[in-house]
Amino acid sequence: MDYSQFLAMKQEIGLLVVFLLVFLYDTFMPKKAQSNLPGVTCLFFALFTAACFCPCLLTNAESFSGMYESSAVIVTIKNILNVGVLIVLIQSMKWANSEMQIMRRGEFYELLLVTLFGMYLMISARHFLLFVIGLEAASLPLAAMVAFDKKHYESHEAAVKYIMTAVFSSAIFMMGLSFVYGLTGTLYFDGIANAIVGEDQLNVLLIVALAFVISGVGFKLSLVPFHLWTADVYQGAPTSVTSYLSVISKGATAFAFLVIMVQVFGTLYSQVWEWMLYGLIILTITIGNLFALRQSNMKRFLAFSSISQAGYIMLGVIALNTTGMASLLYYILVYIFSNLAAFGVVSAIENKTGKLSMEDYNGLYKTNPRLSFAMMLAMFSLAGIPPFAGFFSKFFIFTGAIQQGSIAIYVLVLIALINTIPSLYYYLRVVKAMFINDSETPIESFRSATSERLGLWISVGGIILLGIVSCVYNYLLDLTAPSDMFAGLL
Amino acid sequence: MDITLMYYLIPSLVMFCCGVYGFITRKNMIAILISLELMLNAVDINFVVFNRFLFPGQLEGMFFTLFAIAIAAAETALAIAIIINIFRVAKNIDVRDLTKMKF
Repeated sequence: MDYSQFLAMKQEIGLLVVFLLVFLYDTFMPKKAQSNLPGVTCLFFALFTAACFCPCLLTNAESFSGMYESSAVIVTIKNILNVGVLIVLIQSMKWANSEMQIMRRGEFYELLLVTLFGMYLMISARHFLLFVIGLEAASLPLAAMVAFDKKHYESHEAAVKYIMTAVFSSAIFMMGLSFVYGLTGTLYFDGIANAIVGEDQLNVLLIVALAFVISGVGFKLSLVPFHLWTADVYQGAPTSVTSYLSVISKGATAFAFLVIMVQVFGTLYSQVWEWMLYGLIILTITIGNLFALRQSNMKRFLAFSSISQAGYIMLGVIALNTTGMASLLYYILVYIFSNLAAFGVVSAIENKTGKLSMEDYNGLYKTNPRLSFAMMLAMFSLAGIPPFAGFFSKFFIFTGAIQQGSIAIYVLVLIALINTIPSLYYYLRVVKAMFINDSETPIESFRSATSERLGLWISVGGIILLGIVSCVYNYLLDLTAPSDMFAGLL
Repeated sequence: MDITLMYYLIPSLVMFCCGVYGFITRKNMIAILISLELMLNAVDINFVVFNRFLFPGQLEGMFFTLFAIAIAAAETALAIAIIINIFRVAKNIDVRDLTKMKF
């Protein structure tokens, strides 16, 4: 065997090194040095993130006879995820150092890095075996992380709901794969695609398999009607885990979903899955919005908001062109910053006071103006108000979808556009609670921990800068332009 | 009698559907876990049978099955650990009692 093949997996190897360093530090350092573990992890991960931006990584490579692929786009999506994970790590420092987590915080970081490794494999996989391993490596440790708050009953309840739906969805996904394997005799992405093209008539079994695959991944992406676990899990899990689950896991799965749909089943687009995804997107955006209207718990509210955001992300998949892919990457990047800013405020308040209900936020502006300002920016960005980043991410993803050209997609974009109005209502409800409503017992004025403030500064900076600096989107567009994934599919 | 592909595929499909049915209707968490195992094992049978009958020259399906079994074992171990945690807190593993968070 040629071991130089592993050199194509530079980012995975780097992440593995970070994981081993954290693991060794956690295991062998004396008790006194243990309290530095969160800081050390952040430092290692920050160095790794910075190193991954080296332009020398932006090359095309494949190894293990095409099972693993790396290209400029793939390196970039991994970098985007790295930035998000870094913010999550910084924000969770306070929580990890709290009294209750002190015994097991090493495990938190190790599990988190393992799930990130799984997501890397999922993104780079060009063979379904590697993809399934990545998917499971990404979702199983997450269940353990959801159950992390040992003292809280909600945490366990959420973990049971998460693991059961995760296993159920992966069983459905693998059933679909077995049909695909029976039809084509291979599990390589390009092998399956070639075998599908060769058939003149559409095989019914293939449609069933495709529906199984879409619903399996739909569970992970929490598309409606596969979304029922989302709100409970988001509410029960520790807030640091929820923020990780809602941005990083969703972003990685969305990109992997795009790759599968285009590279493997791309030729079936107009015959089969355009309409499946069409319905899913309408349902996801609408029902996510409608249910978000009536939430009073902040974490549940953000869960439903993330469901409807997932619907918008899927517009980049149904676009089936390079603009759609670039805007999907951009949307994930913006979504990471906006959602992490919102979760940063929620977790800062929760760590200090334990309050999570929207009514508790009444009058927050009078006592904590900076936190309310950060939350306001996050809400504006999520709702898509110019000039913040969220407006441009929505704008570009609509542009990408419209370039597909058919009337049906115009209607879809119109529906998505109309749906931003109810979303504006519930995002502004939070802003109204903070700035206008009065409260007899507002959350008292407090100074959040340095790490939390640092995390919030980064996210808020990202929201404002991405809205002003246009070169990021242009860079992503140039990056995806040479891709021939979409050639001849429409 | 000739044992063809169908003799394996139909039991595997029945197993899968029983798993889905059990997942939806069972109230005990361990029983739900067993239903999930049924579904995963149906997938394994499918892969092995397709490999054995349709593509005897290669081993891709067999290898997938090996990995799928390992993954299923990991999932069961984790799920049981979480169920034990629930049992410690609630003294009960009935899913109808997991209603602290809803809507």
